[in-house]
Amino acid sequence: MNKRVVVTGLGVAAPNGVGIPAFTEAIKTGTSGIRHDAELAALQFSCQIAGKPEVPESLQLQYLDPLELRSFNSNGILYGLIAGMDAWKDAQLPTGPELAPDWDSGTIFGAGSAGVDKLREAIYKVDALNVRRLGSTVVPQTMASGISAWLGGKLALANQVTTNSSACTTGAESVLMAYDRIRNGYAKRMLAGSTSDAGPYIWGGFDGLKVCTFKHNDNPAAGSRPMSASASGFVPGSGAGALLLESLESALERGATIYAEVLGGHVNSGAQRGDGSMTAPNSIAVQRCIREAVKAAGIDAADIDAINGHLTATGKDALEVENWSIALDRRGKDFPYLNALKGMIGHCLSGSGSIELVAAVLQLHEGFLFPNINCEDLHPEIAAIADPEKIPRQLIYKELNLIAKASFGFGDVNACVILKKYK
Amino acid sequence: MKTMDKETLIAQLKEIVKPYAKDQDALQNINEHTDFVKDLKINSANLVDVILDVEEQFNIVIDNEAMEHMLNVKSAMEIIEAKLGGQ
Repeated sequence: MNKRVVVTGLGVAAPNGVGIPAFTEAIKTGTSGIRHDAELAALQFSCQIAGKPEVPESLQLQYLDPLELRSFNSNGILYGLIAGMDAWKDAQLPTGPELAPDWDSGTIFGAGSAGVDKLREAIYKVDALNVRRLGSTVVPQTMASGISAWLGGKLALANQVTTNSSACTTGAESVLMAYDRIRNGYAKRMLAGSTSDAGPYIWGGFDGLKVCTFKHNDNPAAGSRPMSASASGFVPGSGAGALLLESLESALERGATIYAEVLGGHVNSGAQRGDGSMTAPNSIAVQRCIREAVKAAGIDAADIDAINGHLTATGKDALEVENWSIALDRRGKDFPYLNALKGMIGHCLSGSGSIELVAAVLQLHEGFLFPNINCEDLHPEIAAIADPEKIPRQLIYKELNLIAKASFGFGDVNACVILKKYK
Repeated sequence: MKTMDKETLIAQLKEIVKPYAKDQDALQNINEHTDFVKDLKINSANLVDVILDVEEQFNIVIDNEAMEHMLNVKSAMEIIEAKLGGQ
């Protein structure tokens, strides 16, 4: 079976906007979600700015009942629930405890970790010889598959319900795994997405690795600078994005709004050989991943209108652009449009790929390119590969047909997704 | 505390189980014969939370064996009274 797969629902909990209307407005206007973080400052982090979705209790109560919110301390699951349930509702699919199991719908909802704050609470209690006082809430909030399990219960998902994990490629990978499942006829609908916890216990490891910027603590909105000559490391972020993938057949039958078609893609790894390591990409593998994605999608690389890059604002941005250029065989004025959402939201780690895919789908659906903020000083090595006009610093309204989105992660893993406007 | 009457104890238990009870009618009619899971429709995983809240409220420690029996109002009252009486 080779069923066509389309996107019929979107949801997001991003640092610069929770919910699709707020997020769409934020990315069009180039609004930064990076703020000073008092907790990071108190803990003496080098990087004291971060991106965190704003989720007041009144909003939490729309996704969790008061009992579920008692002793709830897993912000990654919360962000994932908001994005996932919103995408489901956006696709006009039913919700509620009275629903029968939906055997044709499942979820592959990724995470990098789960409930680190909750786990910390539990560790303190266990070490204080108080394991008997942990109660019932630790396991569902700290198991790796927590987010898919919560979504499964909320939405009566009765097909495959699982969580994937591949560092910063998690979100792009989840979409390709869900795509495969529908394409092969194993499910009609799959909720694809990913989430990342927020907070010092997630971000500390990156601060320790010295990969986060420490130069913008007094000017948070200017801190995340993908493709800029003055980029000095990424800004840690968090949040979740979700895409309801559905067979074209099922979408047409339901009369659903179709945001875009997923043409396919590719995942691979550089095996931590050559230039690749646990933390650095093997360029041969990156180029191969992009080429194989183009091949799998059955398109011509020359027809790609825009790239939504991984582009984290570390020293590796120019190398990524070079890899795109080699893989697609396009340079200068012939280079596709290129933008990086991390300038506005920072690097949302395991949540990044899916938040950025939501942005890419919105661009196709509405016909625009969001601006690259904090890139007024485009890196000269990048300008030598791609004509600066192809790296919009202002919002552009433009009909787009094909977008390529890639994410790369620790472990030398890569994923590239090809999206097409549905006509 | 030793001379706490049944009505008061049931009222206190009612407050404790309130957030966990899915059947509000059964909660309103709570009595000695009410079963936590069958009548109040408390999720069985939440029974441990009910026990922890009882411990906190009455400042007692309920051992594993007693916990296994604490499935309804009657057994909860007996366990609480025994603990309070033994103090």
